[in-house]
Amino acid sequence: MALKTFLGGVHPAPSKGRTGDRPIVTAPLPQKVVIPLAQGGAPCEPVVKVGDMVQAGQKIGDSQAFVSAPVHASISGKVTAIESVLCPTGRTSLAVVIEGDGSDTWIDSQGRSLDDLSPADIKSIVREAGLVGMGGAMFPTHVKISPPPGKSFDAVIINGAECEPYLTCDQRLMMEEADTIILGLKAWLKVTGAPKGYIGIEDNKKEAIAAIKAAAANEDNIEVVPLLTKYPQGSEKQLIFAILGREVPSGGLPVDAGALVQNIGTTYALAQAIITGKPLVERVVTVTGTPLKNPQNVKVRIGTLFSDLLSYCKLEGKVGKLINGGPMMGIAQTSAEVPVMKGTSGILLLSPEEARVLPERPCIRCGRCVEACPIRLIPTLLDQYCRHEMWEQAEQGHVADCIECGSCAYVCPSKRHLVASLRLGKAEVLARRRRNK
Amino acid sequence: MADKNFLPNQGELLVSSSPHIRAKETVDWLMWQVVIALLPAVVISVYFFGFRSLFIMMVGVASAVITEAIVQKALGKAITISDGSAVVTGLLLAFNVPATAPWWLVVIGSVFAIAVVKQTFGGLGYNFINPALTARAFLLAAWPQYLAGNFPLPLDSITGATPLAILKGTAAGTLPSYMDLFLGNVGGVLGETSALALLVGGLYLIWQKVIDWRTPAAFIGTVAVLTWVFGGRGGLFTGDPLYHILAGGLMLGAFFMATDYVTSPVTPKGRLIFGVGCGVITVLIRLWGGYPEGVSYSILLMNLLVPFIERWTAPRVYGVQTVRA
Repeated sequence: MALKTFLGGVHPAPSKGRTGDRPIVTAPLPQKVVIPLAQGGAPCEPVVKVGDMVQAGQKIGDSQAFVSAPVHASISGKVTAIESVLCPTGRTSLAVVIEGDGSDTWIDSQGRSLDDLSPADIKSIVREAGLVGMGGAMFPTHVKISPPPGKSFDAVIINGAECEPYLTCDQRLMMEEADTIILGLKAWLKVTGAPKGYIGIEDNKKEAIAAIKAAAANEDNIEVVPLLTKYPQGSEKQLIFAILGREVPSGGLPVDAGALVQNIGTTYALAQAIITGKPLVERVVTVTGTPLKNPQNVKVRIGTLFSDLLSYCKLEGKVGKLINGGPMMGIAQTSAEVPVMKGTSGILLLSPEEARVLPERPCIRCGRCVEACPIRLIPTLLDQYCRHEMWEQAEQGHVADCIECGSCAYVCPSKRHLVASLRLGKAEVLARRRRNK
Repeated sequence: MADKNFLPNQGELLVSSSPHIRAKETVDWLMWQVVIALLPAVVISVYFFGFRSLFIMMVGVASAVITEAIVQKALGKAITISDGSAVVTGLLLAFNVPATAPWWLVVIGSVFAIAVVKQTFGGLGYNFINPALTARAFLLAAWPQYLAGNFPLPLDSITGATPLAILKGTAAGTLPSYMDLFLGNVGGVLGETSALALLVGGLYLIWQKVIDWRTPAAFIGTVAVLTWVFGGRGGLFTGDPLYHILAGGLMLGAFFMATDYVTSPVTPKGRLIFGVGCGVITVLIRLWGGYPEGVSYSILLMNLLVPFIERWTAPRVYGVQTVRA
């Protein structure tokens, strides 16, 4: 049977071998962490002061806003500053700086059993643990699992596609923590009331598929779905189409297609929060790229600086570009002195040669971008509209539906900066819509 | 930390928009692939029409490339002759004249194709109509004595009519065999006669994913069906589609001219429609028009419809149920 997939897409080299074949290691406890207060939704207010002693797992920031998730201390020690810092998202945020005391003392916490929890209990755990989408977007999870009135979920999909080249943190978690991930999925099913759960995994991760299948063997309402290896298979809209055959309406949310999609890391974090009672203060990060001697998946405390991890993974080659995330959608950094956030799935280094940007040529209308676009836009046309500030035409061409996956720019033989151009148009069109409301 | 030496100084890390990796294909690579795909036809042409044919092709390529360089220099633009696009245009123009054509005719055609049709509209990517074909149409109108009527016959010093002219009854002569048509052992312009060589090149381009199979398949398929239905003297369904496919410029046009990126639709469905349109116009001209051959005019006419075709064939956007206006 043909593997399930979506229409369009591209096939970049996976580049996953160097980290995917090696077990997750735990990074040494950092001496200092920088924990941004804006990690998903509205920024939190600090609930600690400079000079306070904190324990690992202690809440250090919270917000009255519904669309916001609290943040917690990831090590024990002393709050030495609350200051504005540059984040790997490219934005600045107020952050709590903690100098560690080396003891790694934790707050008291109590694990629970999923059977004892009501849906409301689970939702409360999700919020109090500070869960956000750990694939990169960092949208507060307790909001995502609360459907608007009149809407409901009939399927939960765990996103094990991990279609970004280089990244293997989800793959390793599935291989090493399959039982925990299945527990997390069962918690999503319980909190949403959805009757059916799916785990979609790209077919090039055979060991992950085998591990998850074994862990889900006795679960009647959980189905493991091998997917064709194609980028962006792990995009929410493409994953929903591949598994359920449904489309999320333009401008709508996945709940409009009845689906809740959760990242592997987030699902693992939920299960951990249930089992241990501890909040989200660490995650697995793929630290990789040719300039590193020892690329690997590292379990790190949130707030660890990128530079610490580069030392740990033995940086020994010239760096041309430092990226938060994968090569297709990641964000280029100006400095390695930025902290790991809840949504940091990878730290990718490119050598100066790999980072070289070829000059842009005029579009030759080859149509590769049209065939690659998983939303079925006409990127070359939208590119012209956006560069000429023809916003109405760009809006009619559905530029606002662009998911910025980068497939068009990846295949472009003229090396045009299609994503940069369409992102600008998308922002402009959305701003105009808000103004006209 | 010692290893921080590997990180550039503040402000020296490259910061640019995602994606941070790109596929290896470049414009230059694509254009040179087309040149490679034309080589079998070049070789066959030299075999059947002699070194005069090679000379004409070299004149075509050289004058196209030099014209491009001069125009770009004069306009203060970057000189991009190494991208291979002018080579393709010059070669295709040469393919469209007989080996007996005077060399200055080819120079005029190349200059017109590059300077007028391509560069006045902005150069590669901006011309709305195929430069080589437009130049051919111009030459045919201005100097018909060199481009219509008598063509050099292969391996021979005499001239004769093309198979399509004989088939149409506008010229006298004996129809060549299918095998001669397939190999290219017939009269015609120097690059169109060998269906075999063009097929090899065309399939190579499809295999390398340089061109979309839809355009040539729709073009050739449409010509086959329509000539079978309407092309016979004995009534409907008595035509000879194979003869119409092998003779004339269909193979050259379908694989190398109708697939020109710049002047054909970017949408997959649009390419099917474009190919069908080319096929219909070709058959209209071949069977009922004043010329024995209609491939080049069919492509030029369809070039003009590309913006409309793209509008009609915009794919349905994910999550949008209605077709865009």
